[in-house]
Amino acid sequence: MYTEQVMDHFQNPRNMGEVEKPDGVGEVGNPQCGDVMRITIKVDDDERIEDVKFKTLGCGAAIATSSMVTEMAKGKTLQEAEEITKKAVAEALGGLPPQKMHCSNLASDGLKKAIEDYRSRHKDK
Amino acid sequence: MDKAIFFDNAATTRTDPEVLESMKEWQGDNFGSPATLYAFGSQAKQAIEQARQQLADLIGADQKDIFFTSGATESNNWAIKGVAEALAEKGRHIITDQAEHHSILMPCRYLEKKGWEITYLPVDAYGLVNPSDVEQAIREDTVLVSIVHANHEIGTIQPIEEIASITREKGVYLHVNAAQSVGHIPVDVTALSCDLLSLSGHKFYGPKGVGALYIRRGVRIDPLLHGGGQEKKRRAGTHNVPGIVGLGKAAVMARKNLDAEIERLSALRDHIIEQLEKNMDDIRLNGHRTHRLPNNVNISIEGIEGESIMLSLSYPTAENARPVFISTGSACVSGTLEPSHILLALGLPAELAHGSVRFSLSRHDTREDADYALKALFEVADRLRSMSPVYKRGAKQCATGKSGEGCDCEAAS
Repeated sequence: MYTEQVMDHFQNPRNMGEVEKPDGVGEVGNPQCGDVMRITIKVDDDERIEDVKFKTLGCGAAIATSSMVTEMAKGKTLQEAEEITKKAVAEALGGLPPQKMHCSNLASDGLKKAIEDYRSRHKDK
Repeated sequence: MDKAIFFDNAATTRTDPEVLESMKEWQGDNFGSPATLYAFGSQAKQAIEQARQQLADLIGADQKDIFFTSGATESNNWAIKGVAEALAEKGRHIITDQAEHHSILMPCRYLEKKGWEITYLPVDAYGLVNPSDVEQAIREDTVLVSIVHANHEIGTIQPIEEIASITREKGVYLHVNAAQSVGHIPVDVTALSCDLLSLSGHKFYGPKGVGALYIRRGVRIDPLLHGGGQEKKRRAGTHNVPGIVGLGKAAVMARKNLDAEIERLSALRDHIIEQLEKNMDDIRLNGHRTHRLPNNVNISIEGIEGESIMLSLSYPTAENARPVFISTGSACVSGTLEPSHILLALGLPAELAHGSVRFSLSRHDTREDADYALKALFEVADRLRSMSPVYKRGAKQCATGKSGEGCDCEAAS
């Protein structure tokens, strides 16, 4: 039911873990629903995503989309990274089963939340 | 691909080669219908009557009380809707429980829409129905009690004899879904004292698409399928002769192997549970430790999700060349957003239901297979837990970052 790309990212996830001293943290989902994603980012002086890592509780699609979104976001400006959509993540993975589009494709939301977190921290400074 | 380990036998089993062999003749040259009068069909008639006797012998029934169906789903639908229709004048109340299979719950929901009242009894933390709850729920207008013999997901075996003594005294029919128990543990309709009992061929090494409903003589039940006069005018449709012959053969083989297999599989099951508890932290056994099918192990693994476990185990890697097939109660495989209703009925929090895995063993599985699957599971669980943002973070801390009772997550659940 999953594409080869999904299985590859599920079996060999990229950027798994946590960025040390992150500039932004985004967490979405909840354990009752079976999916939790935590994205941590490191942002450089030009407001580019220097490093990004994920930790995910969830199904194959949840883990694969998390892995994919970190690959897509790395090196992008915050503005570019914010524009990564669920659809784009799914397409980069060669598609997701329809029932997975809603519940297990939260990775781009997690990334947006991490960027928001970075911005709110910056406002305070 | 190295030899796969199939630990999903509660879903379906491999048809035994001897069963398959017994069916061939009736699929090929000897294709006559048992309903015809010429000699060609009468051989098929004899074959299905022999199978009826073989199946009756397995469950301690009179062969006249066995009616062939397409499987347990049909048998369960027939028992519930057929009794409801036949006794509609007497009353429109049915009792079942919350941890039943969907092929019981869905016919009940259907009847609810048509004006019947259904009581869904709770189960305890092990999945057991309390017989005194059944007694208290029976009313003047109760026409049927339907309780599963052994649960397909957690393997819990219900106290059917005790429940039957109550339904018998109150004069209410008792239906038992025995799809998971027939051929795996002793099932005797006289000892169980039930009025109706459903069973399915492919759950005990027989073919798919064939099963039976036992109907005790004198029980009033309308047909589900109307048409020709097959099965004493109670179940229309040309007989699935190869399937029925295969079911009979599977019954003979199950009867022969029953005691030895119970002993062997119970030991294997207990070995698996022991190894899980010894080698893994933060797991819990779902279902009853002793009132349990010999081939069922079901655990919840904290901090990870069932589909990802299932998926990881099913894909061979360099280290684990043998794929292992299991099942899970996670929402991800249910086709809904809800995890298994059975695990929720035990009082399990949703996150532990999502993290459940079931091993269901067969007569083909050895201790070596089990140890291989266990080792693979330990590795997969370690890997997934290392990726989990919630494992070991503290049970009460939730996604919002707040701690303790009353956080947004709990309000949302």
